[in-house]
Amino acid sequence: MKDRVQLLHTAKQLNYKTFSRKNILEKLQTAIAFCLLIISIIPITFILVYVLIKGGTQLSIDIITQLPEPPGDDLLSAGGIGNSIIGTIIVTTIASVISVPIGIGGGIYLAEYSSGGLFSRFIRFGTNVLAGVPSIIAGVFIYGIIVSTKLIYGSNYSALAGSLALSILMLPTIIKTTDEGLKLVSDDLRRGALGIGASKFITITRITLPAAFSTIATGILLSVARAAGETAPLIFTALFSFYWPQGNEILLEPIASLSVLIYNFALEPYEAQNELAWAASFILVMMLLALNIIARRIGKLTMDNKSN
Amino acid sequence: MASMVAIVLIGILAFIFYGSLESMARFGFKYLITSGWNPVSDEYGAFTAIYGTIITSLAALTISLPIGIATAIFITEDILPRKVNEFIGLMVELLAAIPSVVLGLWAIFVMEPFLRPFLILLNQTFSWLPFFGTEPRGPGMAPAIIILSIMILPIITSISRDSLNQVPKKLREASYGIGATRWTTIFHIILPAAISGITGGALLALGRAMGETMAVTMVIGNSFNFSWSLLAPGNTISAMLANQFGEADGSQISSLMYAALILMILTLSVNIFANWLVKRISLKY
Repeated sequence: MKDRVQLLHTAKQLNYKTFSRKNILEKLQTAIAFCLLIISIIPITFILVYVLIKGGTQLSIDIITQLPEPPGDDLLSAGGIGNSIIGTIIVTTIASVISVPIGIGGGIYLAEYSSGGLFSRFIRFGTNVLAGVPSIIAGVFIYGIIVSTKLIYGSNYSALAGSLALSILMLPTIIKTTDEGLKLVSDDLRRGALGIGASKFITITRITLPAAFSTIATGILLSVARAAGETAPLIFTALFSFYWPQGNEILLEPIASLSVLIYNFALEPYEAQNELAWAASFILVMMLLALNIIARRIGKLTMDNKSN
Repeated sequence: MASMVAIVLIGILAFIFYGSLESMARFGFKYLITSGWNPVSDEYGAFTAIYGTIITSLAALTISLPIGIATAIFITEDILPRKVNEFIGLMVELLAAIPSVVLGLWAIFVMEPFLRPFLILLNQTFSWLPFFGTEPRGPGMAPAIIILSIMILPIITSISRDSLNQVPKKLREASYGIGATRWTTIFHIILPAAISGITGGALLALGRAMGETMAVTMVIGNSFNFSWSLLAPGNTISAMLANQFGEADGSQISSLMYAALILMILTLSVNIFANWLVKRISLKY
């Protein structure tokens, strides 16, 4: 009985004291952290709202299908962004065609063939370093190697040069995700395949690559999304164009892209051009968000498969 | 195919180094500490741009580091329901998906006009400090710093969150068990355990801020006149490259290459150090 009284007494002391110095301090710290959290949410909210309102409201068939007009020609209208949308798609697709095979090949080499020696350590390190190279440097590099020397059939600014610059930026992400995706595949699968007589090549193409498919696909989509939004490597490689890409030398001529259009038109003193830049941002952001969401979905699929 | 990485990387370094040789021979070390940029008389000095690159990225890091870490702490703790935490995490990551040119557009037309009254106030109150010594007139270093800190926020937040999540639960439970409060645990147990990951993330963000081009070019004003003031127009190496490279020729190209080489060395050393730090933490637990 005496013990119980003692116990009740202690329990009373354990009550939460709202106004003790310690508890107020705790709440204060939580409040400060909460304020900083709110600050970190504000920019993205405002950016999305402005892109949606200023870009989304002026969306029309004309804007999507017409050509842009050179600044100053017509003060009321700046035309459309039709060729820029197509240009962005063309340049990004070619960049992917260049970097995806090389990236996946490199990743396969690192994860499946290399023995963890000095060379593969150096390549892994190089991949990390290349991922940190500023995108403008990729533009400078391609400008110097291809544009200024007119290396490719004597054309200087070209869609191909822009694509090459973008592919430099995509390469490290693809190698890294392929490498990591393949490393996650269980060794039992490999041994099983080799055990029933499959060659190493067959094992990789039929067993391990399909098993790592969704990780690799996520990596590729994310790098495509990043490349499609890049401007710095394009401004002096792919340049810009006020015309539709046409003829058989599409790739050897300057090409328009959404990001460069936004950059050029944002700095124009004409309001019509500025408005068009907002419309282009809206389209670009929507494209990138869609890619990101698809990438996330595919990434989630793997997680679910693994937990089953 | 893996060696493509090495070829490209060494190619870039060799190419930029080779391109900058001419300028290096002509200006040498003086290039780094003088700030004239005159294509007509062929005199180049990159001090304004180097100062701009270092100051904008460091200031941006100083602003977004506390915000990013606090956000990461908040969403790894159980203060809010898990759904809300996931939503906030998603919002911050969305920010990383917005292309920098769109951020630049937003910065020109929305953020800079909004900030100007505050910057003017800053100038009036602290005009005796060299950093706030000039009157803000539209584009300048300060808007560039703010937009940079917005851009690197997702990197800091997501890497801090990952390293906070890696801290073993046992540490937290033990700390609560001996009567420590939530924030005592955070400051004395969890943050110290995650510190090298967070530092690595901060350095990666710094490297990213140094190399960031578009948004900065659009708001910094691209001036070659050197000024200590953060409110005056300035320049960064990457902004200078974006503006000048397309129209440059002869020794100007070589001078730009020299600047690119400096940028490359700056970002590479920061990135390599960051990768080394991040690797160290992942071995620990």
